[in-house]
Amino acid sequence: MPKDTGIGASTKRREDVRFLTGRGVYTDDLSLFGQAHAVMVRSTVAHGRIVSIDTSAVESMPGVLAVFTGEDFKDVGGNPAGWLINSRDGTPMREPKRPVLAHGKVRHVGDAYAAVIAESYAQAKDAAQVLSDATVIEELPAIVDMKAAAADASNRVHDEIPDNICFDWGWIEDNRAAVDAAMKAAPHVITLELTNNRLVPNAMEPRASIGEYFPGTGDYKLTTTSQNPHLTRLLICAFVMGIPENKLQVVAPDVGGGFGSKIYHYGEEALVLAAAKRLGRPVRWTAERTESFLSDAHGRDHVTKIELGCTAQGDILAIRTETYANVGAYLSNFSTATPTFLHGTLMAGPYKVPHVYVNVKTVFTNTAPVDAYRGAGRPEATYSIERVVDKMCRELGLDPFEVRRRNLLTPDQFPYTTPVGLVYDTGNYQATLDKAVELADVAGFEARRAESAARGKLRGMGLSTWIEACGIAPSHLVGVLGARVGLYDAATVRVNATGTISVMTGAHSHGQGHETVFPQIVAEKLGIDASSVEIVHGDTAKIPFGMGSYGSRSLAVAGSAMDRAIDKIIAKGKKIAAHMLEAAEGDITFADGKFSVAGTDKAKTFGEIAFSAYVPHNYPLETLEPGLEETAFYDPANFTYPAGAYICEVEVDEGTGKVDVVAFTCADDFGNVMNPMIVEGQVHGGVGQGIGQAVLESTTYDDTGQLLTGSYMDYAMPRADDVPFYTVDHSCSTPCTHNPLGVKGCGEAGAIGSPPAVVNAVIDALQRGGHTHVKHIDMPVSPNRVWQAMNA
Amino acid sequence: MHNFEFVKPATIADAVAALAAEGAQPLSGGQTLLPTMKQRLAAPEVLVSLTGIAEMQGVCMGEGGLHIGAATPHAVVAAEAAAHYPALAALAGGIGDPAVRNRGTIGGSVANNDPAACYPAAVLASGATVVTNTRRIAAEDYFQGMFTTALEEGEFITQVIFPIPQRGAYVKFNQPASRFALTAVFVAQFADGVRVAATGASNNGVFRWEEAEEALSAEFSAGAIAGLTVSSDDMISDLHGSAAYRANLVKVLTGRAVTAAR
Repeated sequence: MPKDTGIGASTKRREDVRFLTGRGVYTDDLSLFGQAHAVMVRSTVAHGRIVSIDTSAVESMPGVLAVFTGEDFKDVGGNPAGWLINSRDGTPMREPKRPVLAHGKVRHVGDAYAAVIAESYAQAKDAAQVLSDATVIEELPAIVDMKAAAADASNRVHDEIPDNICFDWGWIEDNRAAVDAAMKAAPHVITLELTNNRLVPNAMEPRASIGEYFPGTGDYKLTTTSQNPHLTRLLICAFVMGIPENKLQVVAPDVGGGFGSKIYHYGEEALVLAAAKRLGRPVRWTAERTESFLSDAHGRDHVTKIELGCTAQGDILAIRTETYANVGAYLSNFSTATPTFLHGTLMAGPYKVPHVYVNVKTVFTNTAPVDAYRGAGRPEATYSIERVVDKMCRELGLDPFEVRRRNLLTPDQFPYTTPVGLVYDTGNYQATLDKAVELADVAGFEARRAESAARGKLRGMGLSTWIEACGIAPSHLVGVLGARVGLYDAATVRVNATGTISVMTGAHSHGQGHETVFPQIVAEKLGIDASSVEIVHGDTAKIPFGMGSYGSRSLAVAGSAMDRAIDKIIAKGKKIAAHMLEAAEGDITFADGKFSVAGTDKAKTFGEIAFSAYVPHNYPLETLEPGLEETAFYDPANFTYPAGAYICEVEVDEGTGKVDVVAFTCADDFGNVMNPMIVEGQVHGGVGQGIGQAVLESTTYDDTGQLLTGSYMDYAMPRADDVPFYTVDHSCSTPCTHNPLGVKGCGEAGAIGSPPAVVNAVIDALQRGGHTHVKHIDMPVSPNRVWQAMNA
Repeated sequence: MHNFEFVKPATIADAVAALAAEGAQPLSGGQTLLPTMKQRLAAPEVLVSLTGIAEMQGVCMGEGGLHIGAATPHAVVAAEAAAHYPALAALAGGIGDPAVRNRGTIGGSVANNDPAACYPAAVLASGATVVTNTRRIAAEDYFQGMFTTALEEGEFITQVIFPIPQRGAYVKFNQPASRFALTAVFVAQFADGVRVAATGASNNGVFRWEEAEEALSAEFSAGAIAGLTVSSDDMISDLHGSAAYRANLVKVLTGRAVTAAR
């Protein structure tokens, strides 16, 4: 029987009432007295030297209040990368300064080099155009292609970096010789060169920021579209502007999607704060959609050669990759971690592979910065592995289901230390594969294929067995790996005098449903009604120092912190109950919302204990502080490792090359599931984005660095009729062994597991349809590309 | 968007007068012009709305075929042309989304002559007559290349008259992002022959595929064009489709339109 409430219940999302009725409050919805409007002036060329900016051209224009250029920020700090990565030779990565506004050079189309502040948005917009026309930029040749950039020392994105390489990373470098030897000895080596296409995140709500300055106290306030307000505050205070952390409040109110792109600190946030201080007025900025395309951190953009050594039976012996990863013009905050520790460490997949070596060269180009985007490195790893495994099956004439069964780790092999530095704690990959095979009715595929053929369509089926690592941790390990922050999270559980509860969490909800799920857990643990629990998030003035939401970490890390804090509440409640019931603390038990003396009918409700804590008339004040509020910080012992098996069926129209995804089945292991409906929704969304990447989305710069896909006229987002009804299952659960809730995380799974399943299905359809020369098509498998491949 | 004046005349004569003003531009459904203005790529001083003129509205049978007022929205064409010219109604019902179909007009589409627009294929394949405030223009003479038409300064479309074929069909292949026609073909079979018009494909805008017309006039079946090839010379080549791909689509979609014609 499904539960109605508490852990495991498909409680409807309470936040949806305000979102669906237009009552959400997003940054741009806020209107402040005396506010001024900022418009950024952005480079229209990909690469150029700023010769002059004639600010006098706009200073007397109607409504113009201030003009900022890179000159105004040349003495403040740069926006840093969050991870220091060392190259194979031990040298640290090259880390050029990322200024608030471009200074000296512009490095990508959309690079902001000035800002105009005016009374109205229209006036600021007018002035920004005039300032753009009054700027002289000496255009330099654009550096767009990664491999060409790395090969050409004469043309540099950053003058001080001769080969445009940020770092050349080997993982694990000590494994390299053994992997080379294993590859040499392998009976078969399968090689595949592929591109993991660059994606624009396209959150529904564009980025927006409002800066305020209070001269009476010297306090700043930033309201911004952030997935992690504390990290944004830290970056602004400690690295960029030098504001004491206690003098800056960062608020992320309702945020309409992030997918990674709103993890990072962007220059506009510093700009509105500086402008607010100079003008003594609130200063607001909201991105237009075109600005989002040009200046949000993009995702993916890897070019990879993967080699797989194997036996004739398909036993994987070794994997070796060489990847060029585009970081764009500047290092965004997680850009150096994404292609390395979120990618290379997953390159063994869910398989028992004795030897793995990963090489990643990150390259600067005159394109928008690239950073973590839903899945972040793990989709790139999964795509490379699952495509080459599929190619192995085709080249050696093996069954893709059987080959995966042969190579998947078995339940008795956990905990399993991979050759790329992770310890998988638990899993049952055979179970999810079997479940997917059953739910997808693999046995009935041939009949469906014949039916498609009767309609003139080529049908194919593709499989992907994937694993990811979520809730990145522990801090001491990531510190060794180069992280410049800790990766714990925090929660404060405040029981109010009347027994209602406020939970202040370091996680940030920008679509996930924390306001529903977190109370389910609190209610279950305290035996109270979920409606009396409120989740407070997204405001550094209200919540404990947390690291925000990304990497499917909220429940596994911040949820665990909340769980710990609740345990402290219960422990204190027992002390209070022991006093009130005149019993020994050890004799007090807590269940169903009641503190009872074991073996008696003497009990106090949770509400009575809460009241006593705040009205401590009958209370052990000599030994116990009044109040009932506890904070816990939680630093996980390990990552969590969700895994699963995805099966996709496509139909290909031979005449037009159009791919229709007609069936998609997911069997996932997310550990314990708190709210099945929300988990399924997350999978739906993730698979939708994965299908978008696989079939539709292409971010294309031309040779001069102009973004050709800078609007929805040319950037194809998945729509409802581009995706099928999904079959989603999460019954094959192996609870995480090291966090108190046994949860693993589900936010990115769909986007990680699905692209290779789609492309494998397309290749399968073409192969079965007689187009046997087609071994690979790069994503997106657009009609044009599929038709060209068939007719090559 | 920059400031502008807005006038909404009730008669064609008043519209002509209003358009004589310096910097005036006609506005129909605004599906192209308004986004262009929002992007500050166009800044007309006066917008003359053509949507308040009664005689430019509506769908009815008349001399020479189906008369459609130039300011008639796509949604109205989709509903009201269905009984008379189902292929045309289906085309109108497949443009954009409901918001676009309730604002965008046939006259606006034909006047703009976007190379990826749907209506030009129907106008050309039907041998329609474009009626303006000053004259009647045959479809052959009207379309003069991408975004180029026979319309002169101050001239605007008041009506389009479609001869009704025995059967016809429009088959569109969507550009994946915009869902405009990456390429689309309208096939119309008349008593005196078949007309085939393709949109979205050529650098010269909508065009007739005369070889196919000849073959289909002799035998109206998809098989009749199987041996033909479409030259990729002068075909559009962009992110979404090479010239060769578009040439292929012209042929594939023509065959499908023939099969679908009713």
